[in-house]
Amino acid sequence: MNEKKELTFVIMDAPYESARTTTAFRLLDAAVRRGFDVNVFAYEGAVGLPSVRQAPHANAVHGRDVVEEDHPNPKDAVTALIEAAHKRGSRLDWVQCGLCVDERGVSEWVAGPRRGSPADLVTFVARSDNVLVIPTR
Amino acid sequence: MPKRALNIVSSAYRATLEEQDDTVLWLLHTMRAAGAELDVVLQDNAVNYAARGQDASGLSVGGRRQTHPPRLDEDVSRLAGTGVQVFVVEDDLAERGLDRSDLVDGVTTIARKEIAPLCARYAYVWRW
Repeated sequence: MNEKKELTFVIMDAPYESARTTTAFRLLDAAVRRGFDVNVFAYEGAVGLPSVRQAPHANAVHGRDVVEEDHPNPKDAVTALIEAAHKRGSRLDWVQCGLCVDERGVSEWVAGPRRGSPADLVTFVARSDNVLVIPTR
Repeated sequence: MPKRALNIVSSAYRATLEEQDDTVLWLLHTMRAAGAELDVVLQDNAVNYAARGQDASGLSVGGRRQTHPPRLDEDVSRLAGTGVQVFVVEDDLAERGLDRSDLVDGVTTIARKEIAPLCARYAYVWRW
């Protein structure tokens, strides 16, 4: 029997659009650090978060080159969270809504996320101790 | 002579931690560097951009720490230093428990009722 508690997060916002994305990452980070198994169902624009084609950039307004700016891409946060979960012996299962992926043409991701459907969310909900929806506005 | 645009910024802290700045202030700064004639009104929640001493440091996700958190008060000061007039709406400051003494140097406070006549002085009024 699995003794671990399990949480599911549903997220919807596209990268670089809302503070809700940072909030979602912080909650995921806290859940991983506390040893939960975590499921993420990325819906609508959130399927862009693990896109492997994201690239950091310089910031001329701040007078920093690309290395100095150290611009955080959300794909790196996704990778860091999955690796952090793995190190703790936990699981972070990140499911990308397949139709949302197709609509947006963001089908190349960092290692870890997998293509899925609302059926995966049904499975997540059935086995989770709690579910948090962080909707777009 | 370039036509001058008044930019009314209301939306604030939308994705500033991800971006490490505010994208509208960044755009205006870059347009100014390219020769645009611009001024700014900070309204609604955006008045807080001018509040001195903000600290958004400490973000860490999966052990990856952010090294350059947004410094919006410094960005406002830097923008004002390029010859852009930055107006901050007093009524919105008061509603948030702020006053002139909380703000960075180089900005001008105005009453909400002064915004409409201010708009009349510009060729363009862009609301963000």
